[in-house]
Amino acid sequence: MSLINEQTRGVYTLFKKEVLRFWRVAFQTIASPVITALLYLLIFSHVLEGRVQVYDDVPYTAFLIPGLIMMSLLQNAFANSSSSLVQSKVMGNIIFVLLTPLTYLQFFLAFLAAAIVRGLIVGLSIYLVALFFVDLPLVHVAWVITFAILGSALLGAFGIIAGIWSDRFDQMAAFQNFVIMPLTFLSGVFYSIHSLPPIWQTISKFNPFFYMIDGFRYGFFGKGDISPWVSFFVVSTFLALLVLLSLKMLKSGYKLRG
Amino acid sequence: MTVPAIKIEHIQKHFGSLQALKGIDLTVQQGEFFGLLGPNGAGKSTLINILAGLLRPSTGNAAIMGHDVVTDYQAARQALGVVPQELVFDPFFNVREMLRFQAGYFGRGKENDAWVDEIIESLGLTDKAHTNMRRLSGGMKRRALIAQALAHRPPVIVLDEPTAGVDVELRQLMWAFIKKLNKEGHTIILTTHYLEEAEELCSRVAMMKQGEIVALDTTANLLSKFAAKNLCITLKSGDLPESLRPLLKKVEGATFSLALTELNQVEFALSELRKVNAEIDDMQLIEADLEDVFLSLVGGA
Repeated sequence: MSLINEQTRGVYTLFKKEVLRFWRVAFQTIASPVITALLYLLIFSHVLEGRVQVYDDVPYTAFLIPGLIMMSLLQNAFANSSSSLVQSKVMGNIIFVLLTPLTYLQFFLAFLAAAIVRGLIVGLSIYLVALFFVDLPLVHVAWVITFAILGSALLGAFGIIAGIWSDRFDQMAAFQNFVIMPLTFLSGVFYSIHSLPPIWQTISKFNPFFYMIDGFRYGFFGKGDISPWVSFFVVSTFLALLVLLSLKMLKSGYKLRG
Repeated sequence: MTVPAIKIEHIQKHFGSLQALKGIDLTVQQGEFFGLLGPNGAGKSTLINILAGLLRPSTGNAAIMGHDVVTDYQAARQALGVVPQELVFDPFFNVREMLRFQAGYFGRGKENDAWVDEIIESLGLTDKAHTNMRRLSGGMKRRALIAQALAHRPPVIVLDEPTAGVDVELRQLMWAFIKKLNKEGHTIILTTHYLEEAEELCSRVAMMKQGEIVALDTTANLLSKFAAKNLCITLKSGDLPESLRPLLKKVEGATFSLALTELNQVEFALSELRKVNAEIDDMQLIEADLEDVFLSLVGGA
């Protein structure tokens, strides 16, 4: 039996539509974050290469790349589900999905899977482009893939929550500017938290983004600020919490069905 | 006995302290062309949104083709196609893509593509099938909305004010199309402001006012029950006698429209006019329309 049958076609169609939605505007949704990441790479590596040494045998530029990949992957996974939901709520076309027999779980899975796909495509693109500039090791591929999927799922679920909650674009932008951005920049994208004063090291350990980035970076270099298993546990727990919260919102029809 | 297309039992809906629906009971049989009339705020759209699963009823049940809209919502939604009131569209895709997606959400695959092409053609959208939704004119968007509601071949179709702001030509085309669907066995529920529309299309009508159904009957019965005829008299000289004032509905210059409930009132009107020596210039007996029924039920207080 084919994987796509009458039961699964609904959720598959919604997933396909969500992927095509960003693919149609790939210049904005994929090319633009890749360019941004490369600009970061160019500037920071030029300014800091040779001045900052995080791990003994890892040049700063190489250290920076996994952080940049993860940062873009997370931001784009979030942007995909949240902007799609807010836009279809503002435009009113969300009704086309709400009128269908799709369950709240199928609705969630389609949006989540599309967010993961966008995150992974952006992350992979940056990785491939970065290989032209830097020699990057890849010690534990499994950890790299695991954290890439967990991270994009976590932010995809967070995007669903933000998208359902926000009634307007500026509310969604507030999530991006006041939650996602600070948590990303304070997570160790550009530095190791060991270089921070003790108080900031402690604060960083309450930031889930730190674990996603550190675990991801561990996959490349085989070393990180903490054990990847701890990161895996923390990120999985956060993911589970956000999945439960978004499912609870969708099940109750919060802001979608009156 | 076949299951009714729509069965609504004691539906109430509260929005905070506002009671939008105050206990609606309504059954629509399969194959009917049913009209839901009422002024803005009467609760028509609230009722439709409950059927569509966009709102949950505070109390009561509703079923589509025997499937409860809350407990058996998947089967209920499979049986229902809704044309929303607002001109909503997805700006990322063209007409054919949107229709295929819509059918896909309902589990329909390639085997449904022929049907999608058929609706595109019947609604005059063939030239626009590959046009992005964003680039369609208002009228074309309206057609695409109807097409989207039909993409999964639902037996019951609800049209929420489909002809609001639509030009005469498109209105005629839509009427013809909807009539054809009804003839092919689809149950149609139409909400409208245009009484003329309900009169022309609907075999049965419910009139709503402030969350209640105030009249529910066949269109013919409603017409005969509430206002059989209008008598329009233009007087050359004299004035309308006092005895006829209670029947007066409208005055335009020397033309008086009298609402008659029975045909023998014509005789009465003429004899009263003779008594005051009023000279008649012109006289017409006009069939009442739903507007009269509507005004007598909804307009007053």
